[in-house]
Amino acid sequence: MIRLDGIERIFRVGDEQVYALRKVDLSVRPGEYLSIMGPSGSGKSTMLNILGLLDRPDKGSYRLEDRDTTELSDRQQAQVRRHRIGFIFQFFHLVPRLTAAENVELPLSLAGVDPSERKKRVAVALERLGLTDRAKHRPDQLSGGQRQRVAIARATIMKPALILADEPTGNLDRTSGKDVIDTIEALNAEGMTVVMVTHDPELGRRTRRQVQMSDGRIVADSGVAA
Amino acid sequence: MKAADLIRFCFRSLSGYPLRTGLMLLAMAIGVAAVVLLTSLGEGARRYVTQQFSSLGTHLLIVLPGRSETVGGPPPLLGETPRDLTTEDAVALKRSSAVLRVAPIMVGAAPVARGSLSREAVVLGSTFELFPVRNLTMSQGRFLPEGDIGRAEALCVLGNKLKIELFGNEAPLGRFVRIGERRFRVVGVLSKKGQSLGVDISDVAIIPVASASALFNRSSLFRILVQARGRDAIPRAKQAVLDIIKERHEGEDDVTVITQDALLSTFDRIFKALTLAVAGIAAISLAVAGILIMNVMLIAVSQRTAEIGLLKALGATGTQIQRLFVSEAAMLSLVGAAVGLLLAVAGQIALAKLFPEFPIAVPPWAPIAAVAVAIGTGLVFGVLPARRAARLDPVTALSRR
Repeated sequence: MIRLDGIERIFRVGDEQVYALRKVDLSVRPGEYLSIMGPSGSGKSTMLNILGLLDRPDKGSYRLEDRDTTELSDRQQAQVRRHRIGFIFQFFHLVPRLTAAENVELPLSLAGVDPSERKKRVAVALERLGLTDRAKHRPDQLSGGQRQRVAIARATIMKPALILADEPTGNLDRTSGKDVIDTIEALNAEGMTVVMVTHDPELGRRTRRQVQMSDGRIVADSGVAA
Repeated sequence: MKAADLIRFCFRSLSGYPLRTGLMLLAMAIGVAAVVLLTSLGEGARRYVTQQFSSLGTHLLIVLPGRSETVGGPPPLLGETPRDLTTEDAVALKRSSAVLRVAPIMVGAAPVARGSLSREAVVLGSTFELFPVRNLTMSQGRFLPEGDIGRAEALCVLGNKLKIELFGNEAPLGRFVRIGERRFRVVGVLSKKGQSLGVDISDVAIIPVASASALFNRSSLFRILVQARGRDAIPRAKQAVLDIIKERHEGEDDVTVITQDALLSTFDRIFKALTLAVAGIAAISLAVAGILIMNVMLIAVSQRTAEIGLLKALGATGTQIQRLFVSEAAMLSLVGAAVGLLLAVAGQIALAKLFPEFPIAVPPWAPIAAVAVAIGTGLVFGVLPARRAARLDPVTALSRR
């Protein structure tokens, strides 16, 4: 599913070069449920961005579903993001002026899916997450947990193979956080590969595989590299 | 992304910030309205002047005493008084085959009185030919009769306003008025024609030129109006007038001939240029509106970084994002232009109500040009923010709240 080989990412801060990632190798099999943990600045967010094709590595190769993504053009990368990857963010990133349903619909309209088809898929997705009665609400009329569930519905509407979650519970209280995690685990149970970045060791323990990062390197990996 | 989705998305983002959108629309609308209104004022002025000149009569040549052109050569040592134009000159002009009619005009001011009512009025001395030459129309009676130019008949024609002031609603025909020290019989009243080249012809009394000559005790004419036999005969008539007068004035070239058509086309050109200049000035306000759109779009881009990052994460390409922002700018300028056109129409209706005699008219190119410039500036100034949006790094865009 995912194969990282010798990935390096260097940021320039003034004259200094800061290594966000140094020679990172990682393999993830389809259907895995994996957490990336580590202190701030350990490079885990950079890692997630590279996995999500939002950032390009300076060195190394990244193969996603047996395709070398580093050779793809921007347009092709956008295609991959659209169809194969779903993002879940700490701050939800819902478009404030659109209703819940319209937010979920957004990836479909970007992909140019027909409106009638879109309506059906949005209704199904909202139903699954128990948001049907919230469809017409705008984000500011929703609770944090509901917002995150709308975001999850949006991330999964294209039926991606890979879900990338960046501190998905970081902005939620315990109960809604648990709700969200349950939802993510249900998605994983359906076969979606889930990679989650988190600070929270308790959350990390729930995943089947934990990757520990520090200073741009993977320092511990509970899973077996295939 | 489908076009309908694109439009809907832009519409939602524009209606999401009503104040900002409203202000931008206002700026655009004012720009477009300014261009259309100002050009229509310019065009109106042009038409007004053209109308004024046409009401003067057709194929007209105006002969003025004295030369206003400098021909070069040494300046005269002893000062040069131009010879006067006389009625004999006017009669002589009829010799030319290019000349159809000749109307000498003598102008003076004299009190016109009826009983105890007296008014200071402009008195024109002329002949019956003034009537066709100046396109005059009568409301009552007839104009001065045809006859010998040298006969000082005591007849007069009153302007509309003068008639009302002296006679009120009474019938003036056949009655007598006193002009200066002489009595004149009223034979006709001009119909209301209003202004003609600044002279209010409703406030004049017209008498035979010989009578005027006697009244003012002079023989010099104010000018001679010559009507050529047709448009093609105008240059020939002008040359003939110059030749005849030169011959009569001992070889001195001492009159100026203005052809109405030349005057008309000069004014036409001046006002066209003026209209364009005014349109150009108004276009600056359109450019300002365009820059405002750019400004606000740039702010929108930085306000919506997170959203742009999100769209990228959801799989929007840079092109798609650029298209979104350009479409927003285009929609703004399009709607703004439409509102501007409505404003311009409203302004014109108001102006037409306020100044009914002013022939306000929009030149057909003005609204087209205004809308084109509006959309053009909207697009041009929309592209820069849109490109900035498209190039935004999704990582930094999303890391912010």
